[in-house]
Amino acid sequence: MQLEQQLRERLKQKEILLMTHIVLGYPSFEANREVIAQMVAAGVDCIEMQIPFSEPMADGPVILKANQQAITAGTRVSNCLAFGAEMAATHDIPFLYMTYYNIIFKYGEQAFMEEARQAGIKGLIVPDLPPEEGADYLRLAKENEIAPILIYAPTSTDKRMSELAGHGAGFIYCVARRGVTGTKSEFGEEFNTYLARCRAATTLPLAVGFGIQDREDVTALKGKADMAVIGSRTIKLVEEHGPAAVGPFISSLR
Amino acid sequence: MNKKGFFGNWGGAYIPEILFQTFQELNTEFERCKNDPDFWQQYIDLMSTYSCRPTPLTHASNLSRYFGGAQIYIKREDLNHTGAHKANNVMGQGLMVQRMGKKRVIAETGAGQHGMATATMAAKFGFDCTIYMGEEDVRRQRPNVFWMEKMGAQVIPVTDGSRTLKDAINAAFRDWVTNVDNTHYVFGTVCGPHPFPEMVGWFQSIIGMEAHKQILKQHGRMPARIYACVGGGSNAMGVFKRFLNEPEVELIGVEAGGHGLQTGAHAARLCSQDASAGVAQGYKTMFLQDDDGQMKDTHSVAAGLDYVGVSPILADLWEQGRVRFEAATDKEVMSALDLTMKKEGIIPALESAHAFVQAFKEAPLLSGDEAIIINMSGRGDKDIFTIAHAFDDPSWKEFIIERAREYSHYS
Repeated sequence: MQLEQQLRERLKQKEILLMTHIVLGYPSFEANREVIAQMVAAGVDCIEMQIPFSEPMADGPVILKANQQAITAGTRVSNCLAFGAEMAATHDIPFLYMTYYNIIFKYGEQAFMEEARQAGIKGLIVPDLPPEEGADYLRLAKENEIAPILIYAPTSTDKRMSELAGHGAGFIYCVARRGVTGTKSEFGEEFNTYLARCRAATTLPLAVGFGIQDREDVTALKGKADMAVIGSRTIKLVEEHGPAAVGPFISSLR
Repeated sequence: MNKKGFFGNWGGAYIPEILFQTFQELNTEFERCKNDPDFWQQYIDLMSTYSCRPTPLTHASNLSRYFGGAQIYIKREDLNHTGAHKANNVMGQGLMVQRMGKKRVIAETGAGQHGMATATMAAKFGFDCTIYMGEEDVRRQRPNVFWMEKMGAQVIPVTDGSRTLKDAINAAFRDWVTNVDNTHYVFGTVCGPHPFPEMVGWFQSIIGMEAHKQILKQHGRMPARIYACVGGGSNAMGVFKRFLNEPEVELIGVEAGGHGLQTGAHAARLCSQDASAGVAQGYKTMFLQDDDGQMKDTHSVAAGLDYVGVSPILADLWEQGRVRFEAATDKEVMSALDLTMKKEGIIPALESAHAFVQAFKEAPLLSGDEAIIINMSGRGDKDIFTIAHAFDDPSWKEFIIERAREYSHYS
């Protein structure tokens, strides 16, 4: 089943879905394994696994540090792909890769997509690859039944949003605000207008990410978005309280 | 350019969606400026009254005699206001920022020259200014930090990654995506996403336009060769552009050889075997990276050349064979610097001294009626701490120790 269908199936049971984020190899693959098991047990609907990159331009301090430490600890792209395959085979939820374009470019777009498909990966998020530069990437992703997930930002015009919708699949990742990952977002009137524009521009499910930290934030998105994305918050939690703190935190969100 | 923003296989605009709209606006404004002769005139007027344009072309007669070959000419970008070619691009972008109605500028800086120029421009035009500088470079270029702060800019030391130029660029992008509505990112070199390579190259092309007129007037014909150091590549593109269609002029870019190409501790992208095609910091070029695509640590005595990528325009000219690339080691740089000071009374920046190294290697092979131009991208007195340290100068050390003792009495 493709990503969009999988999410729609889940939306029949739940008011809002949860997607979480981990940085592969940080603090270790062993910790990743435990964190993911906790997330799945606590009912997470989708997990994005970030393959670390030395120049993560769109990420804030928490994820930036995690990327750097994962690389310093010797995390290789091949380790990440093997781990991704293991997770997709172990847990019955969709797994995505999130990374920067250079990682895929250097690996070889075709080889990367084929491996991801064989591993059972359902989608890809690449924040520094606009569709204008990603013709081959978009074609190869679709050929391999991997959803290329595109991003909306509050600065995107209506015209731009419809254009992006035509290239994307799976869902649209709506960046909640200007800035990088990891800072709290406000969900006021301006945000609601933005989200309404997102909804009008696409029939794909909408995920909202950047700065979602607690139950209140998730509740605020109910009825407006299909999926809430928890990123930096769980990474910090693991740093401060270890992997065991993740399950209870996820359970507390909805 | 074929596909929008590409030079052959290189370039493009690999930007996060949050910046898409602002790049649309920047592209539109840049096209307007390019097609507006009044804008270029306004730029020339500004640079000839606020800075020292045209900068002179100096015949280095003592060095020419010393090497006994080609006549050596030095294009004096050190005499530009703020002491380097960086001001050309910055003042041009400043005029664009005024037209776009933004009130805040940010910039990355390696050697500090681009940060200095940006802080200067911001002071003159009344913009708020934040400069991102790798912590390592803050240490290497403390005097520039002092002046930037004195001109009212906020200097933020970047402690991520290798703490050098590339990390300062990432930090500036993070600021930009956060404050995109009121902020313009004054990109410092002919790298980054389209339109920056073309736009920065356009403002810097003033160097070559002047040099072309000057060499014809002073030497009577075209130079045989032109040398420029290449970090990102802005001073090189600046001096090369006017001569690209003059096939008799050979163009030579000199990269940072650091401790030597075989040691791996260098920043030579195009003349070493260590770089490969990649996409980072918004553009596609040859990067010093590992097999996974992780950027490597680079090394150069010159902070301004200590960078993992290189201009997509230069990568294309390299691929076409139009520009030849060479490397100069830290050690060679110090002796070229020493010689230039002693023979001509001119102090090139450590970055610029790389171009001198290669010119000195080749000058003796040419005849006395041929001319070569070295683009002296900036002045070296900003590097006094690094240069004095590299020369292991005893009286300088004494002075520092003495001054430190004085300060420690205050605290």
